[in-house]
Amino acid sequence: MSTSYAMTDCWTMTRRELAHWARQPVQVVVGLVFPVMLLLMFGYLVGGGQGVQGDYVDYLVPGMFALTMAFGLEGTMVAVTQDINKGVIDRFRSMPMANGAVLVGRSAADMLQSVLGLVVLIGVAFAIGWRAHGGVAGFLGAVGLLLLFRFAMLWIGIYLAMVAGKPEMVQAVQILVWPVGFLSNAFATPDSMPGWLGTVVEWNPMSHTATAVRDLFGGPGGEAGHAWAAVVWPMVLLAVFFPLAVRKFGALDK
Amino acid sequence: MADTAITVEGAHKKYGDKKALDGLDLTVVRGTVHGVLGPNGAGKTTLIRILSTLLRPDAGRIEVVGHDVVRAAYDVRLRIGLLGQHAALDEELGGRQNLEMFGRLYHLGARHARVRADELLERFGLTDTGRKPVRAYSGGMRRRLDLAASLITEPEVLFLDEPTTGLDPRGRAEVWAAVRSLVGGGTTVLLTTQYLEEADQLADRISVVDAGRVIADGTADELKAMTGGDRIDVVLRDAGQLGAAVALLPLAASEVSVDTDRRLLSAPVADRMAALSGVVRALEEAGIEAEDVALRRPTLDEVFLHLTERDRHVREAV
Repeated sequence: MSTSYAMTDCWTMTRRELAHWARQPVQVVVGLVFPVMLLLMFGYLVGGGQGVQGDYVDYLVPGMFALTMAFGLEGTMVAVTQDINKGVIDRFRSMPMANGAVLVGRSAADMLQSVLGLVVLIGVAFAIGWRAHGGVAGFLGAVGLLLLFRFAMLWIGIYLAMVAGKPEMVQAVQILVWPVGFLSNAFATPDSMPGWLGTVVEWNPMSHTATAVRDLFGGPGGEAGHAWAAVVWPMVLLAVFFPLAVRKFGALDK
Repeated sequence: MADTAITVEGAHKKYGDKKALDGLDLTVVRGTVHGVLGPNGAGKTTLIRILSTLLRPDAGRIEVVGHDVVRAAYDVRLRIGLLGQHAALDEELGGRQNLEMFGRLYHLGARHARVRADELLERFGLTDTGRKPVRAYSGGMRRRLDLAASLITEPEVLFLDEPTTGLDPRGRAEVWAAVRSLVGGGTTVLLTTQYLEEADQLADRISVVDAGRVIADGTADELKAMTGGDRIDVVLRDAGQLGAAVALLPLAASEVSVDTDRRLLSAPVADRMAALSGVVRALEEAGIEAEDVALRRPTLDEVFLHLTERDRHVREAV
């Protein structure tokens, strides 16, 4: 099959996801509002921030950006699980179309959703007093790292959804996403935690992204040295899970 | 072979320990409707999924219009349409959106995909569905849209897996009419069904499948002839006399089947007229009142039970 056909198929499947949005605008809005609620909850209700030097909002907001990207994995998983259990997948798989187009459509729509989510979250963060101090280049770099991290989470989500298979199994995996999200430096610095926990938190790929992003935004808790880890970690995860996911999709049912 | 649309030789497929296909052979002539008839779990859906490249066989030579379903899956996909047991449609989208999407995926191009969607909506009486999502369609509408989606590229071979299961009589009639209209266009149709009436109505040839193998093959008439020809039905006024009637009528008692609810006894006959007059005379002499005595051809139901039971006996004996 030619490359241009493959591109056409990916675009057709992306359009399909966007058509779903148009049919379910409420779902899309809820997806955008949820991270805003988390941000406000941690900013005002929980508050504090163990071990943070400087303005807590400037520490918390980049962490919430990273956490939102990580939690995107859940949405991807739910969508993929629902999709592969639907009859329409049989039609796609019996048609002369590019094998991974269904997954590419999913990932394009999810990335678009994440960009929108970030825009909304940045707007709300700005409203509660967060400021980026790193200039335009720093700002764009930070957004780039966040989206790269989201992209890696996305393909992990696609793969896990196909391994879990049934919606009931997805719930189990979803619950595991929470400790991974919270065992990070999103809310508090690793130095404030017991030694072993601090080590886990420092190793968490999400912590690297959060630290690098804090640095690029010029806020507290940022360290320049983490940028490489914030690039390499997602790339490694992608190198593992992207081919696994595409292969698993091609071999569904075999 | 130029006139062969589907070739299946020695197809095997196991799910764990369970043999879904156990050396199935099948040849379908181009431009015909071929019925695959069998009970639940006979391997019908497995066969369709293998032929439509969704499932990989464990062994066997399986070709659709000369292309191997494993090695040349893409070439097969270009030439087939599939109507599975469950609607293979995007339930969130409308009918037109679905058909346009599938048309684009067949690389018709945006404009041609739109034109084709309109044609098919018109042909299947779905023009007025507007933006309503498929989720809200009736079973018959959904099945018609599904069939329309299978026909976007006018496939050479169309697979229909129990196309009317779960439909009401009206929906069933709609699907039957649609299938009949296809056959004139030269499409080869492979149809699985549990309904003997459906195979009788639609199929040129029928393969009876049980336990993953074809146990009989032929036209509906040929299959009916396999059970030993004509039968006689006798309906009595009083169900209490059925036992007595079985004992005294000039029929082989071991082959008589009795249906108490319908006060009916039924048996195969060799000589039609002799059997008819013999039965009437015997009933008169014994003073047993009959409401109806009739000669008839066997139904496919009887053929089917006869064949599957015979096959089970053979396998148990081995």
